[in-house]
Amino acid sequence: MARYVANRLAQAVMLLVIVSAIGFAILHLAPGGPLSQFAASAQMTQEDLDRVTRQLGLDRPLPIQYLDWFGRMLRGDWGRSYRDGEAVLSVISSHLGATLELMATATIIAVLLGCWIGVLGALRRYSIFDTLATVGAMIALSIPTFWFGLVTIYVFSVKLGWLPAGNRQTVGDGSLLDLLHHLIAPALVLALVETAMWGRFMRSSMLEVINQDYIRTARAKGMPEWRILTVHALRNALLPMITVAGLQFPTLLGGALVAETVFTWPGMGRLFLDSIGYRDYPVVMGILMFSAMMVLIGSLLADILYAVVDPRIRVG
Amino acid sequence: MTSAALSTVQLAPGQAAWRRFRRHRLALAGAVTILVLVLGSAFGPYLLPFDDTYIDIMKRFAPPLSGGHILGTDELGRDVLARLMMGARVSLSIGFVAMVIAMAVGIAVGAFAGFYGGVVGAVLMRLVDAVLCFPTIFLLLALAALIEPGFITTTVLIAATAWMWVARVVEAQVRSLREREFAVAALAFGSSNLRIMFRELVPNAVAPIVVAATLNVAKSILLESYLSYLGYGIQPPAASLGNMLNNAQIYLTSAPWLAIAPGLAITLAVTSFNFLGDGLRDALDPRMNIP
Repeated sequence: MARYVANRLAQAVMLLVIVSAIGFAILHLAPGGPLSQFAASAQMTQEDLDRVTRQLGLDRPLPIQYLDWFGRMLRGDWGRSYRDGEAVLSVISSHLGATLELMATATIIAVLLGCWIGVLGALRRYSIFDTLATVGAMIALSIPTFWFGLVTIYVFSVKLGWLPAGNRQTVGDGSLLDLLHHLIAPALVLALVETAMWGRFMRSSMLEVINQDYIRTARAKGMPEWRILTVHALRNALLPMITVAGLQFPTLLGGALVAETVFTWPGMGRLFLDSIGYRDYPVVMGILMFSAMMVLIGSLLADILYAVVDPRIRVG
Repeated sequence: MTSAALSTVQLAPGQAAWRRFRRHRLALAGAVTILVLVLGSAFGPYLLPFDDTYIDIMKRFAPPLSGGHILGTDELGRDVLARLMMGARVSLSIGFVAMVIAMAVGIAVGAFAGFYGGVVGAVLMRLVDAVLCFPTIFLLLALAALIEPGFITTTVLIAATAWMWVARVVEAQVRSLREREFAVAALAFGSSNLRIMFRELVPNAVAPIVVAATLNVAKSILLESYLSYLGYGIQPPAASLGNMLNNAQIYLTSAPWLAIAPGLAITLAVTSFNFLGDGLRDALDPRMNIP
């Protein structure tokens, strides 16, 4: 087990190095570059530009800049926002809570609903429910998240007036009820795609398990059907879902960005878009790296957890 | 000698696949819908009396079915149906072209990594893993913000964030096919590595490649809509299904039809390609099991 974890950890570190190199290359090799924001200003003379270039260390060779940048990143110094001079990590962390709140709520909805749909679909394969669920999942995966958000706002905010059209809370009202009221629509919109994915994976996982020999054995022993399903089938079918959770993470993060934009949710995704608009490269770069690292750590945790619950993995 | 040649009752692989595909009614419906969308966006604009970029301030926000505007007009008095057709043209083109680029890169990377294996393969596939660590939309937006937006850049960027899945599929296929007799025979014949890769191995992986390509079009259309909706894709006055929704949120209360038609069109196009890809997977390779 320790060997498996160490192996997987080494892989993750190597990936992190490649990921950071890609991120650094994106920032520096693209036209525009980190100084385009200053160059566009009429008050900046060439002399000023040279001075800023030297101040920011942008006149050094790229590999040196990369090593310097990577080293500082590991120490937690991610640079400062061009906009207000605040440290990038603290800007990100002040927006992270809202994003995590949204993602966690959507995940809970998606896991419960998706697993239920998937299990029922597998048990009643090719029934009307299963067909509708399969077709519905495919459509859910094809709807642009932002458009589904717009439709939700139109129906539930504009027409029915049941839900607020955006923001995390009413100004001056920070009560739990108010927060939940604002959370419903963006969380449901984000959960749509996730539910579809979980449902599809759960269905195929369950189908695989209920055709195994040990299920037939349990049935032959005369075990009651509900016990076969819950104790034998469901437990085994849920195991691969750990991997799904890891795989789903990038999609979930991307979806959160879109949902945050539509519902003016003050999270990391909106911050990312705002920063792009301001050409605030340190923050853009910081969030890009931060999200990639979240994905990396997420898949690492999923793999380790899977090895813990399923000993077969460790050997292979 | 294949099993089809041994048994007389068995259908030729192509025939069997066609039978399985025909049974998949949703895939057939998807194929028909795609045909309608392609023909509609190719020839539709010529049948309409309105130009997609013609601004008529006097007729702003005309509701659907008024003044000859079947889907109404937008905030500048432009005909929504005309823009929808031109937008679909742009979005579908981006979907196809981005798919072709992503397939070319993905097949090349996957074939090299799968064929050579070892250090080359490991390095290439770790690169694939690394790019996959970036959530697609984040990567796409970061790249799009740095580059002048337009049709070509949007297409290339979408392809740049989509080739990795193809590379994974092709790498796995090539790696297993490399050991098969026909590949070994080609090597014994003295065929060059490139020839074995692209004339022997890749053609034998055509089934998963076709499926991946179809699903890739769906994904590309979806990504274009995200990028243009957020303002970093196709720029006005040109229309795309995504950028038509760009302003729709502001006018949601007064002119909801501006949001409905383009959104439905995107959903229809993406769903069709997804169902088609699903049907092709069942038809071409029943054992392949990617949910």
